[in-house]
Amino acid sequence: MKVSLFITCLVDMFYAHAGKDMAEVLERQGCELSFPKGQVCCGQPAYNSGYVENSKSAMKNMIKTFEGAEYVVTPSGSCATMFKMYPEIFANDARWKDKAQALADKTYEFTEFLVDVLKVEDVGAKLTGKGTYHPSCHMTRLLGVKEPPKKLLAQVEGLEMIPLPNAHNCCGFGGTFSVKMGDISEQMVDEKVNSAMVTEADYLIGADCGCLMNIGGRAERTGKKIRVMHIAEVLNSRE
Amino acid sequence: MSMKFSTKNFADRTKDNISDEFMRQAVAGAQERLHGRRLDAAEELGNWEEWRSHGEEIRQHVLENLDYYLHQLSENVAQRGGHVFFAKTAEEASNYVREVIEKKDGKKVVKSKSMVTEEINLNAVLEEAGCEVIETDLGEYILQIDDHDPPSHIVAPALHKNREQIREVFEDKLDYKNTSKPEELALHAREKLRQEFLAADIGITGCNFAIAETGSISLVTNEGNARLVSALPKTQITVMGMERIVPSFEEFEVLVSLLTRSAVGQKLTSYVTALTGPKGEGDADGPEEFHLVIVDNGRSEILGTEFQSILQCIRCAACVNVCPVYRHIGGHSYGSIYSGPIGAVLSPLLGGYDDFKELPFASTLCGACTDACPVKIPLHELLHTHRQIIVEEEGRAPISERLAMKAFGIGASSNPLYSMGSKAASTAMKPFTKNERISKGPGPLKEWTDLREFPAVGNTRFRDWFYDQKGGK
Repeated sequence: MKVSLFITCLVDMFYAHAGKDMAEVLERQGCELSFPKGQVCCGQPAYNSGYVENSKSAMKNMIKTFEGAEYVVTPSGSCATMFKMYPEIFANDARWKDKAQALADKTYEFTEFLVDVLKVEDVGAKLTGKGTYHPSCHMTRLLGVKEPPKKLLAQVEGLEMIPLPNAHNCCGFGGTFSVKMGDISEQMVDEKVNSAMVTEADYLIGADCGCLMNIGGRAERTGKKIRVMHIAEVLNSRE
Repeated sequence: MSMKFSTKNFADRTKDNISDEFMRQAVAGAQERLHGRRLDAAEELGNWEEWRSHGEEIRQHVLENLDYYLHQLSENVAQRGGHVFFAKTAEEASNYVREVIEKKDGKKVVKSKSMVTEEINLNAVLEEAGCEVIETDLGEYILQIDDHDPPSHIVAPALHKNREQIREVFEDKLDYKNTSKPEELALHAREKLRQEFLAADIGITGCNFAIAETGSISLVTNEGNARLVSALPKTQITVMGMERIVPSFEEFEVLVSLLTRSAVGQKLTSYVTALTGPKGEGDADGPEEFHLVIVDNGRSEILGTEFQSILQCIRCAACVNVCPVYRHIGGHSYGSIYSGPIGAVLSPLLGGYDDFKELPFASTLCGACTDACPVKIPLHELLHTHRQIIVEEEGRAPISERLAMKAFGIGASSNPLYSMGSKAASTAMKPFTKNERISKGPGPLKEWTDLREFPAVGNTRFRDWFYDQKGGK
């Protein structure tokens, strides 16, 4: 199966290791990977801040970049959601509408791709300790990917999953919200970190690097000892 | 109270409220209780998604045919001997109510809970005209005697107060001597209020839904106070937003099923009342005179715009009860009587961007509100539409942000530019990086690193690794 990686700008620059883990997990499942060179950012930071027109050039670049792809797989529920929104954003643009739809139709979030397309739940991962999972908002509510990460984590040898209290509450990232409304974001992320600490888990696991950067950055600043991991890292762990 | 109740700016209001530990505990506790109850009630009903779609369909149908149903409603109210008044503005609405009361020489007014009467500043207008106005919903009553503290929630207006604070208000204002047990507090309020009901000449109610086919208005409560407001005084005035109509009792049933479950997780509230016109021949109680005030106050300008779906709202507050931002800042931070996600969409529409332009940005666009809405209003999308209008059409964003977003548009659409920039970033950030972390970021990063660590820009980007390893294409 030919898979084009949509790595996201955040992973490319800051979390390359999570990208590598995803690539290795997919390869082990027999995927033939490519990395279309032209990719930059899905446009979400500007789009969500209200700058729809400014964000369209980034979107068009992505549509062009992935035009030849068979499957597009990304380690971010939020960025996958953005691709899924392209058809609506270009609904009145005859030149881009169909191409946007084609991209949306072949885009999958990483865990969704494993469980729903490759039909695999046990990827042979082994990680000892207790984990708790933060379901990121865009991935669960807008993309509708709820079960795949849980199914995959349940099969990880040695990993005991503990439910995260008030898991449904947003961590307070929200892109530019995290800096524009710092006072509010701080309260939200503190509650998220504290909820994770209550579980006494060794690992806080998520599927979106934006949320993880927020939760992990705050946990570290406030001296909370919990390892924040992208789910690809967990699934590529072999100990 | 009018819709806007604070002259402080959003940032200051938020700071004040975040430091109110009592409020935050009360709100978090209420959210957690209501979250579970709402989900259980939906589960118990079954086919919740179909119910939501049905509710949405009914509300959309009414909005598409609002002129027809408004006409039908007013004809039927008039036929039953009631008076109907269409108020274009808040002032027209409150003045009409004042005039009716003056004609009746009314002095004492009892009111049941109504957000639209807050919106039109009714109490202040009536008090100025010399009336005594008594709120009889327990939450509203507490706020009224507490020197008109504004409501912080559209269903539970005194949600921000815990029982100890309520006891203090009662002790202060009502000479209350008992404990903070809810039963004792409620009993005391009940004794006080019963006297007011008996002495009142005017009753004012809100309206959950008006039923066009029969000319009825309905009231959904748990306290039963609205029954007394509508049964005892000789004159009843009902004030409703112009969009709060259902075609017939068939649709009413669907919406009440959605409302009570979404608002409080109940199959039904203790009282669901439908009232049709004034007291008829042989009726034991009810008002001799009935007035229905239908308030526009900006609603008709929302019709036909990209915001029309906000008028589907049935004021259940499910969106407020799941909002992670509301959870920490409480209702008063919004500066509008309409708080939470519904308030962040509606307040700028009814009150303008000058006063409420921050509200659409006070959201992470997490979508919890949209998910919870029983009539499927795409709340987070409407918040985004506001943002787009504020920055693109109104040009209200700071120049630095506008330039940054322009630069983003250029940089994020060109791989050579991005490649150069991301490589350069690694070098540029070196002086700020320690142990693969940035703790004190320069420029725009500062806002982030004031609160959190920021990851170092990797020496090897994912794409470098991929090309090295795989000779990627």
